[in-house]
Amino acid sequence: MGFLDSISTVIQAKMNKIMDKIEDPRETLDVSYEKQIKLLQNVKQSVAEVTTSKKMIELQKAKLQTNVDKLDSQAKEALQANREDLARRAVENKAALQSQSAILDQQIADLNDQQQKLMAAESRLATKVEAFRTKKETIKAQYSAAEAQVKVTESVTGISEEMADVGMAVQRAEEKTDNMKARSAALDELLEAGTLTDLSGGSELEQEIAKAKSQSSVDDELARMKAEMKIGIMEMKK
Amino acid sequence: MIIRVLGIGQFRLDDQHLDSLNKVDNKIVEHVSKGNQKEFRKDLAKLISIIKDKGAPLDPSELVPSDIIVPPEDMSFAEAKTIFSDPGLIKD
Repeated sequence: MGFLDSISTVIQAKMNKIMDKIEDPRETLDVSYEKQIKLLQNVKQSVAEVTTSKKMIELQKAKLQTNVDKLDSQAKEALQANREDLARRAVENKAALQSQSAILDQQIADLNDQQQKLMAAESRLATKVEAFRTKKETIKAQYSAAEAQVKVTESVTGISEEMADVGMAVQRAEEKTDNMKARSAALDELLEAGTLTDLSGGSELEQEIAKAKSQSSVDDELARMKAEMKIGIMEMKK
Repeated sequence: MIIRVLGIGQFRLDDQHLDSLNKVDNKIVEHVSKGNQKEFRKDLAKLISIIKDKGAPLDPSELVPSDIIVPPEDMSFAEAKTIFSDPGLIKD
């Protein structure tokens, strides 16, 4: 089988590395078991790492959302102050942030997928390691029997394949989280450097809206005073 | 026969399905060599769905080596090309 043959060769190479060359079959069992426990710890660590990355991006998304909400209310305020130009800018910036937010959503979904896969891998490996441990003791007890060697080879090969599989899953997850961490750090940097701060309202837009708003409230206040005074004058005339 | 789908686990599949797996496998080889990414993805998904549909998941406590190993469904086209061109170059 063409493609599948190639994959099997890759896995075989990984398995050989896991199995090493150990003369004493009993030692093979113990060494393999140690490696299994270590790999199981690695998977757990990897699950934790993916979970942390997911939380980090969720936080970042919440931060973006706050800015989106802020721009939304700023746009309304600008409209109330009859400054459609400012409102337009706020809405434009809001759209830019929303597209960033959609990217983060995709990343969260990807990480979630990785998390589920790793957790399933962890549980499969844990079951296999436990089965291996039981088998290991049985084989060791009957080591004198000639068939022990066959059993050792079979169970070690069986679990090594699982280990190669899980090892690859961990590697893939790590690559993905590293990738996302880098992108997330870049986004953080943009937020810090002000590129996105400008998008999220920036001080300039904010000041202008505040100015327009206070201007319009001054106008309102003056109009109200004028109206009151008019009434006052009319009352005096009576 | 026992088949492992990387990232998913092992399945026990009747030997009679080997032919249909072989056919899809050959198509995948063709897609990779022709650089046909879309078809590659489609047939890889098809290969895995045949195994899932026709096979029964192996009890995780069974410690048996697989007869066939199938790549994960989300394997990238670049990964497939690397594996196919030189299996020895895959890093651990």
